[in-house]
Amino acid sequence: MAVPKVVGIETEFGIMQRGSEEWNPVSASSLLINSYVRSMSRHVVHQNSPVAWDFVDENPGADARDELSEDSSPPAVETHLVNAVLTNGARYYVDHAHPELSTPECRDALSVVLYDRAAELILIDSMAAATASLPPGEELIIYKDNSDRKGNAYGCHENYLLDRAIPFGQIITAATAHFVTRQIFTGSGKVGTEWPDHSVDYQITQRAEHFEEPVGLETTLKRPIVNTRDEPHSDSKKYRRLHVITGDANMSQVATFLKVGTSAIIFAMLEDEMFDRSIEFRKPVEAMHKVSHDLSLSVPLELADGRKMTALELQWDLFEQATRWKQERGLEAVGEECGDKVLTRWQQILHGLETDPSSLSNQIDWIAKRRILEGFIDRHSCDWSDQRLKALDLQYHDLRPSKSLAARAGLERIVDDVDAKLAMTEPPRDTRAYFRGKCLQNFSEDVVAANWDSIVFDVGDEPLRRVPMLEPLRGTADHVEGILDQCTSAAELLERLAG
Amino acid sequence: MADQEFKKKSSRREPEQVEEETTVATNESGEALKAELDDLLDEIDDVLETNAEDFVKSYIQKGGE
Repeated sequence: MAVPKVVGIETEFGIMQRGSEEWNPVSASSLLINSYVRSMSRHVVHQNSPVAWDFVDENPGADARDELSEDSSPPAVETHLVNAVLTNGARYYVDHAHPELSTPECRDALSVVLYDRAAELILIDSMAAATASLPPGEELIIYKDNSDRKGNAYGCHENYLLDRAIPFGQIITAATAHFVTRQIFTGSGKVGTEWPDHSVDYQITQRAEHFEEPVGLETTLKRPIVNTRDEPHSDSKKYRRLHVITGDANMSQVATFLKVGTSAIIFAMLEDEMFDRSIEFRKPVEAMHKVSHDLSLSVPLELADGRKMTALELQWDLFEQATRWKQERGLEAVGEECGDKVLTRWQQILHGLETDPSSLSNQIDWIAKRRILEGFIDRHSCDWSDQRLKALDLQYHDLRPSKSLAARAGLERIVDDVDAKLAMTEPPRDTRAYFRGKCLQNFSEDVVAANWDSIVFDVGDEPLRRVPMLEPLRGTADHVEGILDQCTSAAELLERLAG
Repeated sequence: MADQEFKKKSSRREPEQVEEETTVATNESGEALKAELDDLLDEIDDVLETNAEDFVKSYIQKGGE
């Protein structure tokens, strides 16, 4: 039976320090995050003051296929860089050479959109705070995109809680079917190609060209469509955390909503044994590239059983399966109300893609961006090779309110910015992120470290106390709000929890 | 199998009446959409980074994921 789909997004942002000849992205990312932490010291907690991210549970080399393939190389965990835990339950840190923000665990796709928007607002405030500390003429700029368009990619990863009992081979089939075809509504659009000796004016996604393998452990080289990293960050006997690396970072809230919402449904269907596993591509990686390069949405993809279907036809097929799943099993696993909204929007978007894609320019990033680019080409009588189009492409993702083109593109918003501002500091009430966030709000002086599945307290003379949080749906407001309200100290809280 | 998939497609679409309403709405708002795009392009001409070529060239992001 489908386990509740607890989900979250981790976004690596592009960063530039303009006006400086000598800057490096690691220092710039550290400055960015430290500036935010300092400006918000009452609301966030940071390694030096005093909460550190606790790396005891980090093991990105673990492979879901049980044995490592010979050419796999696990990513390294960098423990020395800036790492903040925020009171909304998020993690804000320097990953390699990028600032990265992982949302708290969310119970449904709408909650993910809210915390993704909160992340944008956090980055916007961070940019302003960091720039204020730079010499005149210098500026830190953050882009929510996935590629420098020169062959370097960085990720917007999604995470889904799955039943450990589902064989990984089945997950590979379902995930590949959806990840290859969902690109038609998750793509953020990109001018040109990053492949040498190829000619592409414009394509649907930023990420597709960077994928080279069907399945694998890597995230930085030979990127796989299905990533096998096996770090559950929860009870490893019961759960798997599927780490998804194929998606583009979206400026459109509708796109984020659908990306997460439809994927959560696909995995719940699989757990309920209602996913049609006959959808397998003959060449999945090639299919992924084809979909990104096919603006007409009409190129057929070859399936292993000889059938040929377009990405759009396959998405209609998945949508129909999802509708049947809803009728037979209900939507509880993905949140009843939210699940209904996902299905309605999914149908509407597929219908729009089929009949008049341009009608979706207020909802789908690659279409919104294309509208701007084509309008610019018309107005200035230029062609796709004009460098200004590449600047527009990049500037679509610029998070500075004064420069962002996405903010001007008329994109529909499905979460209110008033709520998103609150979500910058307040955790979701319906996952364990609530307990993490509230402990940091109330007892930050006694918390020495935190990570996804535990918090470590120092309450004086006793040894450090680790409170495990292996169940992603325990530690919600329903469970612990009463206790938290009654406790005036961490010591009291620990006593109550032990009792 | 593929033929069956294609035949089913009509049932997947939105109800006809919704489609008609959408068409009418699109025609009525066609001019408004064009004006809106013109306004957006005006604004973009104002906010577009100067020295686009240098701006794009200098955007290099190594060491992701």
